[in-house]
Amino acid sequence: MVEKRLIRIALAGKPNSGKSSLFNQLTGLNQKIGNFPGVTVDKRTGICNLDDHQRAEIIDLPGIYSLYPRTLDEKIVAEILADKNNRHYPDVVVLVADATNLNNCLLLLTQLIDLKLPTILALNMMDQAAKSGQSIDILELAASLDVPVVMINARSGQGVIELKETLREAHRPSTKTIFQLDKEIRKVVTTIKERFQLSTDYEAYQFLQQTENLVFLTEEERNYIREEAKANEFFPHKYQGAETVMRYGFIQDLLNKVILKTSDPEWKKFSYRIDKVLTHKVWGYLIFFAVLFLIFQSIFAWAQIPMDFIDQSFTLLSNMVDENLPDGPLFDLISQGVIPGIGGIIIFVPQIAILFACISILEESGYMARVVFLMDKIMRKFGLSGKSVVPLISGLACAIPAIMATRTIDNWKERLITIFVTPFMSCSARLPVFTILVALIIPENKIFGFFNFQGLVLMGLYILGFLAALLSAMALKLLIKTSERSYLIMELPTYRRPRWANVGYTILEKTKAFVFEAGKIILAISIILWVLASYGPGLNMNEARLRVQTEVASENLTEDQIQDRVAAYKLEHSYAGIIGKSIEPIIKPLGYDWKIGIALITSFAAREVFVGTVATIYSLGSSEDQVTIKTRLKSEINPETGGPRYTPAVGLSLLVFYTLAMQCMSTLAIVKRETKGWKWPALQLAYMTALAYLSAFMVYQILA
Amino acid sequence: MAEMVPGETAVISGFSDDEISVKLLEMGFLPGTAIRFNFTAPLGDPVCVSVSGLDLSLRISEASSITILN
Repeated sequence: MVEKRLIRIALAGKPNSGKSSLFNQLTGLNQKIGNFPGVTVDKRTGICNLDDHQRAEIIDLPGIYSLYPRTLDEKIVAEILADKNNRHYPDVVVLVADATNLNNCLLLLTQLIDLKLPTILALNMMDQAAKSGQSIDILELAASLDVPVVMINARSGQGVIELKETLREAHRPSTKTIFQLDKEIRKVVTTIKERFQLSTDYEAYQFLQQTENLVFLTEEERNYIREEAKANEFFPHKYQGAETVMRYGFIQDLLNKVILKTSDPEWKKFSYRIDKVLTHKVWGYLIFFAVLFLIFQSIFAWAQIPMDFIDQSFTLLSNMVDENLPDGPLFDLISQGVIPGIGGIIIFVPQIAILFACISILEESGYMARVVFLMDKIMRKFGLSGKSVVPLISGLACAIPAIMATRTIDNWKERLITIFVTPFMSCSARLPVFTILVALIIPENKIFGFFNFQGLVLMGLYILGFLAALLSAMALKLLIKTSERSYLIMELPTYRRPRWANVGYTILEKTKAFVFEAGKIILAISIILWVLASYGPGLNMNEARLRVQTEVASENLTEDQIQDRVAAYKLEHSYAGIIGKSIEPIIKPLGYDWKIGIALITSFAAREVFVGTVATIYSLGSSEDQVTIKTRLKSEINPETGGPRYTPAVGLSLLVFYTLAMQCMSTLAIVKRETKGWKWPALQLAYMTALAYLSAFMVYQILA
Repeated sequence: MAEMVPGETAVISGFSDDEISVKLLEMGFLPGTAIRFNFTAPLGDPVCVSVSGLDLSLRISEASSITILN
């Protein structure tokens, strides 16, 4: 039989109403995270089998309280629902409502009814509502709104089958009209309605209210609406306020009719008691820092085992392919460019997965909202918002998912500052560079008998990054001018047990985003860099080998040692080597030579490449063994002074440079996408490079 | 409502700021509704209030744009 057309279902509802849980219940692993075209809003879609014959495409809209948007994410909702030609315009909307707090959830429902969208009301958390002693007359609720009502428990999956049954039936819009237009604006609304051939007054009213947000309108159409609004004295704020009051009036009457027994706020008592501790002046911050410490611990200590495993597997794979494939530029590209490139991406997956597991647990439990609440005042001093805390913490693993996490910040200026300073947080790619340099220049002494000196320096670098972020934020706060006001009208949800399946989906979603978003750029650049480091003008493998052999003829080297020398010789004479040499005059004031210059250049794709490049250039082959590299670097002589090349001054200067510099192409690409243009990533690159250069310069000049 | 103390309940009478008021109205801060001031954050800002069964955080600047009767 012919399969019926995929019906399109949109899930709408306020944040914390259980929308995502329902989405996961309906689609399982059949979900896809993408972007809405042209805007940087996560688009979560999935396929759901309603029965054997009918499948539906489900789209999870961002959590909203009403059609009027507050954040970037929320704009998309009005855009889809007020545009019949939109690719995602739904056949039916499922409004997920928190039954313990119907008042708030019904506001959006009344707007959907006025848009004449076929809607189903899914009452979630009925178990909680029942526990709190509330009872609702469902039949009366459905009749009064002329909308089907289904009771569900999105956490356990109860009621999902009934919801699917309801979704299979034919859909029609509610016959009710809730919002009555004011007499004064009836004329302008009718004009707009006729001009755009809209089917409802409320659509026309939305065109007037959200002229700037509805991107599907052409500039000409917008001008037309603006002029009409002006001529008819349509003031958006005034009418929006009146509309909300009117809708709540309707909702109140409705609830008085359908709520047979009101809930007893006793059930929230437990949550209040937790809040007493978690937002306490002393305990609140202590617990927050303990949680931070635990996150740190899990990123750095627990991720090490899978990371080592990935590292070894890829080295093994690379060697295996190298040995089994014939020689030739294409095969070399695969074994030395592509495979290590992919390995360089996969190696960060454990840290990113663990970090997002932690963050998702904190969010699911309701604690994250309290962190925002605790930190807002401090963060605002630096031009940030309480909501910047999550991106900054995420930045410790990787700036890419961190920058994507800034989308929840409503205020553009606060969001932009957060994006700008997040790359200062020391990400996991800096750690291999830090470890090797710290081990090289800092003695293993203990201070006061128990503080490890190396550990302290490492911690100091993290603090340096954090301070650079805060101070830069403060400077930007003064520089960026905005008329947009900043808000923190945020729900503090009741504490609850995290739903593990949701945590799992978040980990999957974020990891995928990292691998595919950042991955393709890292891979592309690492291939380009591999080419730059393997080829040079007039460089020829046999010639390199011959030259090295004559050079070292007297030294009695083993075959492996000769191989390593050849590799070093090739790198020196490659394009990367030539660039490294040509920038030597610029980096000399920082204490670096051309060898370090090559490492700086190859680090541009990803910082941790420093270690591998250093290993090659000092003829250590592909060995990334820390002790070997450390010993070799220690013995490197600076021909000008006759002393060691890696003095504490050079080492510290390098550490400071790596802490502050923007050496991550993928981050720049993400910033470009999130800020819609090259202006901010270009400024960020220039600013961070300049700051890194000057700071490293000062460190070297003072110490040397 | 800047003068309210934690634990106090009052009735919302209006708003002194148009721009914030539309956002507050949407969250259920309606004139005539009871508002309860629960507690402040450790640093004095923001504050936690309850209105029509919802617990919300507001910055002091937002909270003080709400006028109350008590």
